[in-house]
Amino acid sequence: MAGAAAPQLLLSDIDEPGLATREVYERRGGYGSLRRALAMTPEEVLAELEASGLRGRGGAGFAMGKKVSFLPKGSMDKYLVCNADESEPGTFKDRELMGKNPHLLIEGIIIASYAAGAGRSFIYIRGEYVMQADVLDSALAEAREAGYIGQDILGSGHSLSLVVHRGAGAYICGEETGLLDSLEGKRGNPRLKPPFPANQGLYQGPTLINNVETLSTVPAIMRLGGAEYAKLGVATSTGTKLVSVSGHVRRPGNYEIELGIPAREIIYGLAGGPPEGRRVKCWFPGGSSSPVLTAADLDIPYDFDSLAKAGSMLGSGAIIVVDEDTPILDVAMKTAKFYRHESCGKCTPCREGTNWTVRMLERIDSGEATPMDLEIMASVQEHIIGNCLCVLGDAMAMPIGSMIAKFREEFEGHIERARLGRGPGEDGGGPPTERGGA
Amino acid sequence: MSPLGWDAPADLEKDPAPIPGADTPVPESLRAEIEAHMANYPDRRSATLPALEAAQRLHGWCSPEAIEQVAAVMRLTPAYLESVASFYDMLETSPVGRHSVYVCTNISCSLRGADELYEAVLEAAGGDPDINVRAFECLGACDIAPMASVDGVYVGPLSPSDAPGLIEDIRAGRAIAPEKQLARRLVADPRANSREFPEHAAEPPRRAG
Repeated sequence: MAGAAAPQLLLSDIDEPGLATREVYERRGGYGSLRRALAMTPEEVLAELEASGLRGRGGAGFAMGKKVSFLPKGSMDKYLVCNADESEPGTFKDRELMGKNPHLLIEGIIIASYAAGAGRSFIYIRGEYVMQADVLDSALAEAREAGYIGQDILGSGHSLSLVVHRGAGAYICGEETGLLDSLEGKRGNPRLKPPFPANQGLYQGPTLINNVETLSTVPAIMRLGGAEYAKLGVATSTGTKLVSVSGHVRRPGNYEIELGIPAREIIYGLAGGPPEGRRVKCWFPGGSSSPVLTAADLDIPYDFDSLAKAGSMLGSGAIIVVDEDTPILDVAMKTAKFYRHESCGKCTPCREGTNWTVRMLERIDSGEATPMDLEIMASVQEHIIGNCLCVLGDAMAMPIGSMIAKFREEFEGHIERARLGRGPGEDGGGPPTERGGA
Repeated sequence: MSPLGWDAPADLEKDPAPIPGADTPVPESLRAEIEAHMANYPDRRSATLPALEAAQRLHGWCSPEAIEQVAAVMRLTPAYLESVASFYDMLETSPVGRHSVYVCTNISCSLRGADELYEAVLEAAGGDPDINVRAFECLGACDIAPMASVDGVYVGPLSPSDAPGLIEDIRAGRAIAPEKQLARRLVADPRANSREFPEHAAEPPRRAG
């Protein structure tokens, strides 16, 4: 598996001029999978999705086919919501798919809605993606005109409406229940689960929520067949995955890989590794919410279970590489400040925990901290995890906890140097900072 | 201006504002746009974000007047709309410049010099009340880091020396740094998506197993 070029299911024609138009998309075989799916029964489509082993690409990695099967049968109003609120720091794969190949997503949504029996669908796209939302809107108009969206699609009896809904800038709206509240016109506060959205989601109805990349993969599954798709990747992480590589690498960008290749091949092979003469200090394997790994972990196979076993997670597939010249305190501070800003404030451990973590990091930098503060900070992280309605707090606690565990000596050195009065305002007490990329 | 109830006490003697009456003057184009959004959803309340966004586009920020107009069309209380507007980063609850420059200062961008870029943009804008310069959380364009979103157009990678030109482009009403716009970027280096990558990595790739 490793070595051979990964099949490009999502990115194959991505830079083709005009791919965002229906004409070019159809010339490339587009909407063929939809016709194939509509010729089958919804149960058969669902069976293909389950056979593919496709796991959600948004962060949690839950089996998509299983999620569809959780929706109750019957003729009540059911909804499909595409989560396009891509806000996880380091992630920019959905932006690429929506901006360049919008019809692929629309086709995936129609097929998934057919399998789930959903009659109304929404794409919740983050408000910052202005251009991508416009591209989706015009693609949607084309799809409507061609009869792919609307009543009795291609004579199948299945009807579907689709609305592109623009968010207004809130990380928490990427959390599925926060997203639903936001889509209902409220503040994006996460809800208590259960009930899960599959039973009670949008407007209290059964709702299927999937990430852009997950839904964009559905047409390829219908084309290849679920069993054939499952042969890609490794047993528990099937298929290909878009990986967004950023930070200290020579060629940041989106790469489509087969799950299970060594992380080294992605970071050094595809993205070119850190600039000349620098080495990897640590890397986030799945967005800023994932516990950091170090240079010693570069040979871990990049798939859901291998990363979980290594104490981290695949998350959204965003690799952020940090080189050795960057103080770990800077990385921790950026991470913690982000979550403090984005915490919705509903649950105390998250609201207070993110705030106090930032304050304690600032104490370290200003020379007011003692090594005991590291213990307190680590215990704050432990008390956040699992104690809130959603995982935003955990998303800060996990990487910060891992940084304290893996770079304790550096933190202690920083505390000591700052305390001895090299002081704040000069260089913050850390080693000299060499910023800037290749 | 700080929101009432936080830094300044709320006036508890005052009755909450009711839903504004049908006689509230609302510009025809705004009313039509909000009504079109409401028609998209089974529940009209779902149109809150698009409606506030439309009102902000017209008024420059979610001013009391803008809120009242949205409330009148959507039949919601102003307090409800204010509570929603205050939750979202892109809805402004105090007056700001017409042009927005969001500089991403999250991890990936800051590893590549976003903090310096932000300072440079602030300095280039020189406090111009017409330009709203903000440090923003991850904008989802780490491949062109460090970057900024200028009136919704993504540009990058930028260096601090690009800042004056950026502000010039905004003031002149020109296309923003056309050669650096994200729309022009191919998905990745064409060589990068093949396995024939040049051997100039700092460490040669090793293969496990």
